[in-house]
Amino acid sequence: MEAHAQPTGASERTRSERRLAWLLCAPAVVAMLAVTAYPIAYAIVLSVQSIDLRFPAEGGFVGLDNYASVLGSELWWTDLFNTVFLTVVSVSIELVLGMAIALVMHRAIFGRGAVRTGVLVPYGIITVVAAFSWQFAFAPDSGFVNGLPLISDDMDWFGDRFSSFAVIIMAEVWKTTPFMALLLLAGLVTIDGQLYEAAKVDGASAVQRFFRITLPLMKPAILVALLFRTLDAFRVFDTIYIMTAGAQDTESVSILGFNQLISRLNLGLGSAVSVLIFVCVLIVAFLYVRVLGTRVEEGRPVK
Amino acid sequence: MERGTREYTLWSIGIALVLVFAMIPVLWLISLSLKPSAAIADGRFVPSEISFENYESLFAGGIDASPFIKPLINSILIALSTTAISIVLASFAAYAIARLEFPGKRAILAGALAIAMFPPISTIGPLFDMWRAIGLYDTYPGLIIPYLTFSLPLAIYALVAFFREIPWELEQAAQVDGATPFQAFRKVIVPLAAPGMFTAAILVFIFAWNDFLFAISLTSSDASRTVPAALAFFTGESSFTEPTGSIAAAAVVVTVPIILFVLFFQRRIVSGLTAGAVKG
Repeated sequence: MEAHAQPTGASERTRSERRLAWLLCAPAVVAMLAVTAYPIAYAIVLSVQSIDLRFPAEGGFVGLDNYASVLGSELWWTDLFNTVFLTVVSVSIELVLGMAIALVMHRAIFGRGAVRTGVLVPYGIITVVAAFSWQFAFAPDSGFVNGLPLISDDMDWFGDRFSSFAVIIMAEVWKTTPFMALLLLAGLVTIDGQLYEAAKVDGASAVQRFFRITLPLMKPAILVALLFRTLDAFRVFDTIYIMTAGAQDTESVSILGFNQLISRLNLGLGSAVSVLIFVCVLIVAFLYVRVLGTRVEEGRPVK
Repeated sequence: MERGTREYTLWSIGIALVLVFAMIPVLWLISLSLKPSAAIADGRFVPSEISFENYESLFAGGIDASPFIKPLINSILIALSTTAISIVLASFAAYAIARLEFPGKRAILAGALAIAMFPPISTIGPLFDMWRAIGLYDTYPGLIIPYLTFSLPLAIYALVAFFREIPWELEQAAQVDGATPFQAFRKVIVPLAAPGMFTAAILVFIFAWNDFLFAISLTSSDASRTVPAALAFFTGESSFTEPTGSIAAAAVVVTVPIILFVLFFQRRIVSGLTAGAVKG
């Protein structure tokens, strides 16, 4: 499918086709690079300077001082732990739930439309709105959750670090499991149904069929879904900002970056945080790509 | 059959659980938004009496006094502009990728994928600084530009998948039958491509509609602040009241239309969201 290289003998037609193709792609490529490649380069430049917009007179090149301050602060490591913890827990839950929903949607004898409806409602809701809804639901004074059986009436969900995490994780799982389910479903439909028939004939149980046929054949789809969801979960911002704004040590690295850059206007330190987050994402992506090999190019961007 | 009934019951329970869990936050917001202010903290899932005072206060005073009307207009205009521009640019690129042979095709697809994984927080500082320097801070284009960047990968992948399914030979067939190239394009290709472009447009619109990080970082006033960011700044009637009721009412206004829309076009959205997940 790719253009077979004919560097010297390219005909006039081939050359004009290439020109047209580049012309058509150029605007999109420029628009995509404008707010990614240039700003990340600029962020690196900012991160080696002392720039605090509240004290514009002081400034200048400080080398790696900003990185040293960030990496030397306890806050960065707490926030990194929070982010990794939230990512690992929510993506694991999403994988299990998403797989269950995908299996239901794939094998449902009836009610497939109903499940699809249920899956798309969270997708259509603004993350901030969903975060408010869950926050109000868990609020000790006005929420309904504490009125439910088995839950203490005066449970202060946002008064403690890990109960706050529980609510944050629930809201994230609620919002993003649909993606996981749909990506897994796309992998599920590619499996040849005859394999299951053959396994049934050979006496394999439903559990055996799931672990011996479904899982191995879905490995690429699962890895692609995990890659996108991991990187997406790693930048968690909206839900935490609305629910706790980082109180009770629930800050994520994105909230830390935002606080430095926008609230404190410390562009130097904030940019160092930004660059470090970018490096973390690169490492995660690299690890997945190593596992995935070339399959990753066949995945699709999410969000 | 014993087994059949049991399986039926299990499926029904599973499906019911998924639906209930999916709907709870929406129903809860509707319930909160309909409670009169005296009952807002009663903790009941179903309101004991219904009042529209939250909606009235949300829109009270018209565009100048309401904390919601201007952000709502901003949200709609910014999301629609992003969608229109993004779909045009993505269609050009997707047409080239799906139909033409050229070196760099793989690089563009891989680059788009990389941008889909890019952490937006890493661009916030530089954009904040750049936008203030060139006057884009707190303007519509100041938000539309980053939304374009981060929605294009989504649109390109969905459109490439759709365009690859179009039987392009029909275009030549129509020309053989005497249609001009423009007629062939307008009467044959456009109707075939429209559903895919429409689906991609929904995905882009929802992306722009949903954004919070750029909206809260790159705006400072109602001049361009969108609804998600405005909600974070809502205040109560007085400094002693929580804005729960107004937030709930505003949330319902921006949520219910989108949900109805999404449910109406659910088949298309599912195919758009999973486009390219199976075949590149």
